[in-house]
Amino acid sequence: MIVDTQNFMKFSDEFEARFTEMLTHYPTRRSALVPTLLYAQDEVGALTDEVIAELAQRLDLTELEVRNVISYYSMLTTKPRGKYNVQVCTNIACMLRGGEELLDHCKKKLGIGHKGTTEDGLFSLEEVECIGACSWAPAAQVNYDFHENLTNAKMDELLDEYKKKGTQ
Amino acid sequence: MPDVTLTVDGKKITAPAGSLLIEACKSVGIEVPSFCYYPGLSLQGACRMCVVKIEKMPKLQTACTTTVTEGMIVATDSDEVRQARKAMVELLLGNHPLDCPVCDAGGECELQDMAFSYGAPESKYTEAKNHREEQQWSPVVYFDRPRCILCYRCVRVCGEGMDVWALGVQNRGVSSIIAPNQNDHLDCEECGMCIDICPVGALTSGAYRYKTRPWEMNHVGTICTHCGDGCKTTLGVRCCDAGAEIVRGDNRDKSGINNDFLCIKGRYAFDFAHHKDRLTEPLIRKNGKLTPATWEEAFELIGKRFREVRDHDGGSAIGVVGSNRTTNEENYLLSKFARAVLKTNNVDHHRTADFPALAAALHGKPGKTASMRDALNAPAILLIGNDPTNQHPLLAWQIRTNVRLRRAKLYVINAAPIKLRRQASGSALVPAGAEAKAVAFLGGDDSLLDALVDSQVAGGLTREAWIALRERIRGEQNMVIAFGSELRGHDIERLVSFASTLTGAKLICLGDYANSRGASEMGLYPDLLPGYEPVARADRFQKEWGKLPRETGLSLPEMVEAAKAGKLKALYVVGSNPVGRLKVDPFVLSKSFVVVQDMFLTETATIADVVLPAANAYEKTGTYTNTCGDLQLVKKAGEISNTKPDFEMIVRIADAMGCDVSGLVPFGSGTHSDMGQTRGAQSGEADRHAVWLEAHNLEPKMTPFDPMAILDEIQRVVAGYDVSRVNLLAGNDQHLEIAESGASLIQQPELIDPANDDLFSSGTLGRYSKTLNSVFENKSAESEVAAD
Ligand code: SF4
Ligand code: SF4
Ligand code: SF4
Ligand code: FES
Ligand code: FES
Repeated sequence: MIVDTQNFMKFSDEFEARFTEMLTHYPTRRSALVPTLLYAQDEVGALTDEVIAELAQRLDLTELEVRNVISYYSMLTTKPRGKYNVQVCTNIACMLRGGEELLDHCKKKLGIGHKGTTEDGLFSLEEVECIGACSWAPAAQVNYDFHENLTNAKMDELLDEYKKKGTQ
Repeated sequence: MPDVTLTVDGKKITAPAGSLLIEACKSVGIEVPSFCYYPGLSLQGACRMCVVKIEKMPKLQTACTTTVTEGMIVATDSDEVRQARKAMVELLLGNHPLDCPVCDAGGECELQDMAFSYGAPESKYTEAKNHREEQQWSPVVYFDRPRCILCYRCVRVCGEGMDVWALGVQNRGVSSIIAPNQNDHLDCEECGMCIDICPVGALTSGAYRYKTRPWEMNHVGTICTHCGDGCKTTLGVRCCDAGAEIVRGDNRDKSGINNDFLCIKGRYAFDFAHHKDRLTEPLIRKNGKLTPATWEEAFELIGKRFREVRDHDGGSAIGVVGSNRTTNEENYLLSKFARAVLKTNNVDHHRTADFPALAAALHGKPGKTASMRDALNAPAILLIGNDPTNQHPLLAWQIRTNVRLRRAKLYVINAAPIKLRRQASGSALVPAGAEAKAVAFLGGDDSLLDALVDSQVAGGLTREAWIALRERIRGEQNMVIAFGSELRGHDIERLVSFASTLTGAKLICLGDYANSRGASEMGLYPDLLPGYEPVARADRFQKEWGKLPRETGLSLPEMVEAAKAGKLKALYVVGSNPVGRLKVDPFVLSKSFVVVQDMFLTETATIADVVLPAANAYEKTGTYTNTCGDLQLVKKAGEISNTKPDFEMIVRIADAMGCDVSGLVPFGSGTHSDMGQTRGAQSGEADRHAVWLEAHNLEPKMTPFDPMAILDEIQRVVAGYDVSRVNLLAGNDQHLEIAESGASLIQQPELIDPANDDLFSSGTLGRYSKTLNSVFENKSAESEVAAD
């Protein structure tokens, strides 16, 4: 994201293309809000005040309306998260298969709690409800990638891998 | 629409097809409890209090979102339904602090009522309650989050109703909260609609918080004293040391022309009445200083000086300035007093719109003015000039509601991009001051098109667009045309002739203060008597009032000139502040004997020789005519001891001048009838009895201070005012016919000086309202921060 001198937000060409295309999907502009928020968050890292103001203006909404929607969805965030958002499921299937222990393990390993972010900005941790991977419980999601049948050891490996990737 | 027949609780009922089940039930007296449902707002289906059992439907259904269908069989009060409601109340109370004993809403809370009807004495929940301390969102709006039951009425009324959209819902499920638009505070119109519509005590007002309980007040329905729209407001009044204090304003009485609506001024700006600077004793200038005096001393002095000037220099050496906020009775009396007793036609007031021009243009053309209610129901509205959102908040509400609920077409022709353009289906920006040209163009004068098009106004229309807009406007039937003070004199004539080419078009002339129209109609003009009767044709009034001066009097600027030349020996100012508002040079008046009746030591009062402490419109009885020409009853609510209504003061001055006041106020009439006849059917209720007596003119007017005695005369002699007294006394608005008025003259339009008040100002009065000031300061503080 580049904020130019006049405070207008600039998104990538790819975002603009998706946005333009998205508008054609709905009868009213405001309907494009939720997908647009996701794209913007992926690009900027968080739905900052500037993003909110810009999207409100583009979609004929008040900033309050945009905030209302953001606050409804737990996938959307106004505060920057770590580069890798580790979402550990503790819903029923995962809980029965050790999801809670897995979460505790992550907390200890990363030194952060639910919705926390590590100091180096690499990892965030979140306890989430069912992510639809019950058949392979316990499961976790890192950004958009799923990881299944997890154990503490597997989790360690995974986190190390991400760390390597993230610090390269 | 055809009716459908359904059965509710074993009763066969019919309702128009398409109506909501909850409304159908209500129409036959079956109450279905509800929280989120609110007539006129979008359906929410959030609270589930209105669930009913409908046969052949699997689960309980919400009556507020279900439309009636033929043969539907409904149970609204079965065990199952009661059980469901009980569970709902238990859920609603899950996070509720149960602090009714200190809550503002206690005693008139819908949740309290429901808990009483359906609540369980015990709750199964053992979880800790979510709590959050009260928050102040603006000088006016406070929020106690734990009391909120998430009915979203506030969100909808602010968005849909006010078109402000300042409130929203954040988070989800049990964590949902109502949130203001600026994170921790509100930036909004401060109307308080959200507070009044809140069924519980979650939203409360800075003005009323923790002051008293609903049952400890008297509730008086009267008319707002601020802008010219004439909203009915219910004032909550409580005894206090100084008399009776107004502690609350709301619109619990929805019978008024404003229905649900009040703006910040009607709801909260009654507080000027208790401002610490309120005058409570007469002041007489002694050795150059205004010094407290007794009423007798003051009246005697005024009477003596007025008489001296009249008898020595003639009535033309006296000037009279009336008010836009005094009642019709006071204005009429002042007009009469000036002419019949002071023998002068030097009468004027702060003119804010050209009502006389409207009366002149409509002379002999009945049925051409619209009431405030018409603005809510007309299929189309044309607005020329003005900014109703700021200057006529009720009119703006009527228009928005009409557009939203009845799909009325709104056309806006204005020099500024006003907020109501958001509701417009056609609008045109004109260069400042070109509204009159637009009117001429509408009327068919195409030569002016260039002046409208050439302007480099952003948002201006092309030639073709102007012509297309005119075609659309010409095609509208039964349109209401509202115009601001941008149009005056012959422009109004032109507009009226354009309007008469349309089918059923009706006009509204927008003037600025609560009784501007009344001041006009009661003849506070140097050349017009009540009913826009030119002074030159004073015969009718001569019969009523006795001998009258025939030559046209001086307008306010001319009075100032006369004072400069030393020819204006006395000036009588009733409830007006020409020095402060109309920039009259105070020094000019130093040689005249100036008497001022006012609530405060205004700029004009400061230079007066005698100042009399006046009561305001919330402290007296009478009538107001709103800007549309709707006549309404003003009722006494508050009281500050040792102030007097202007009416009484005028009579006392006349008396002190040695005038026979029974010629001025026809009191003592109506006592001869047999009052016994009102026993029988009408007996029992004191109020009804009094209303009946009054309506049949049997109520004895025992004192010359009874404004109703003058109302008798007004109804008899002022054209158009002969409306039903019963309706008036019952608190109903009645639209007056202006067409029967005298064929008045075209006035000097340049004397019109619009007040340009906005939502947070109200002439001199507004300066003494703590609420308006605090909102104003809050706003300016914020815009400074924003500018940094
Ligand atoms: S006071 Fe009026 S404008 Fe402000 S939030 Fe409440 S309803 Fe909206
Ligand atoms: S604040 Fe009042 S009106 Fe608004 S949602 Fe809560 S209970 Fe309803
Ligand atoms: S719209 Fe006018 S009359 Fe109505 S409450 Fe506001 S100021 Fe009073
Ligand atoms: S319960 Fe964890 S993925 Fe469904
Ligand atoms: S009133 Fe029907 S759901 Fe709230």
